[in-house]
Amino acid sequence: MKFALAIYAAPFSAQASQTALHFTQELLAQGHEVVRVFFYQDGVHTGNQLATPAQDEQNITEAWRALTRAHDLDVVVCIATALKRGILNEEEAQRYQQPASNLAPEFALSGLGQWVEAVVRADRVVTFGA
Amino acid sequence: MSTLHTVNKSPFAQQTLSSCINICRAGDALLLIEDGVYAALPSSPTAEALKALVREREVDLFALEPDLQARGLDDRVSGWVKVVDYSGFVQLSTEHKTVQSWY
Amino acid sequence: MSRKILFTLRHAPYGSAIAREALDALLATAVFGQDISVLFMDDGVFQLLPKQSPEALPQKTLSSSLSALPLYDVEKLYVHAPSLEARGLTKDELALDGLVSLTSEEVATLFGEQDHLLSF
Repeated sequence: MKFALAIYAAPFSAQASQTALHFTQELLAQGHEVVRVFFYQDGVHTGNQLATPAQDEQNITEAWRALTRAHDLDVVVCIATALKRGILNEEEAQRYQQPASNLAPEFALSGLGQWVEAVVRADRVVTFGA
Repeated sequence: MSTLHTVNKSPFAQQTLSSCINICRAGDALLLIEDGVYAALPSSPTAEALKALVREREVDLFALEPDLQARGLDDRVSGWVKVVDYSGFVQLSTEHKTVQSWY
Repeated sequence: MSRKILFTLRHAPYGSAIAREALDALLATAVFGQDISVLFMDDGVFQLLPKQSPEALPQKTLSSSLSALPLYDVEKLYVHAPSLEARGLTKDELALDGLVSLTSEEVATLFGEQDHLLSF
């Protein structure tokens, strides 16, 4: 079955971020297709590869990156909500003359249209809110 | 067509679960996750409503096992609550046509 | 392919970004020509109060953006009657025209008619 997943919860702040990760791992383990993962609202902080948790704490950004690489997932971070929260790729950092970029390279920065397109293609949509 | 409802807020602190209970109908399933699993306690302010949901309104009620365990609740779960793991969560999301997340 | 999609808006405006960013998602979905319904429920009904003036915060006025929904062909607009009643409000005093009032049972039926449920 085809799933589209929306994650609104910030990593390290809300358990929902971990719930979404476990759910996605289990979907893939059961052989379902993940059409797209869309990080929106405070969920966009998951894209920040500069997150540096303590050694004995889960690095949820790293976990999402590893899952994305392992399954070649299509993971989109919403550009409008990300930019205002300081999540930028190199292209956007240059465009807005910011001193640094921080988006993990596994994730794409794109618009809500990507989310709508995924919803239309999916058999199931699951939302993870904080 | 039926809906899987997920609720992640404690019923001791918020009305989120009560709102969901009012909208559930026969054939739906309700899954308690994160702080929502405190609703599995028999002392929950929503206990009677949840019991009626299961016994009279034909709604299936579940709580997510790792979230119960994390909070020290696995020995305190009411008799009308079934316990599922992530495999069960995924299964429920395939069995129902839509998933409504209450947060 | 057009899908039946219900946006359920349950959060009050201004205190968090949920209501504003929900509206952005709603308008984006409308632009792509989906069969959209919108339900205001719980504290989401506060999004519909008239005379919102968040200029001093400053934030953008949500109610004026909501009143643009019909321009995007979003015309299936619902409000959960018990949520209004619990807050001492009536449909007639709200800032959006064309709202249809639903009981909890009718909301359950509305859920059952959808392909996808998006919650904000």
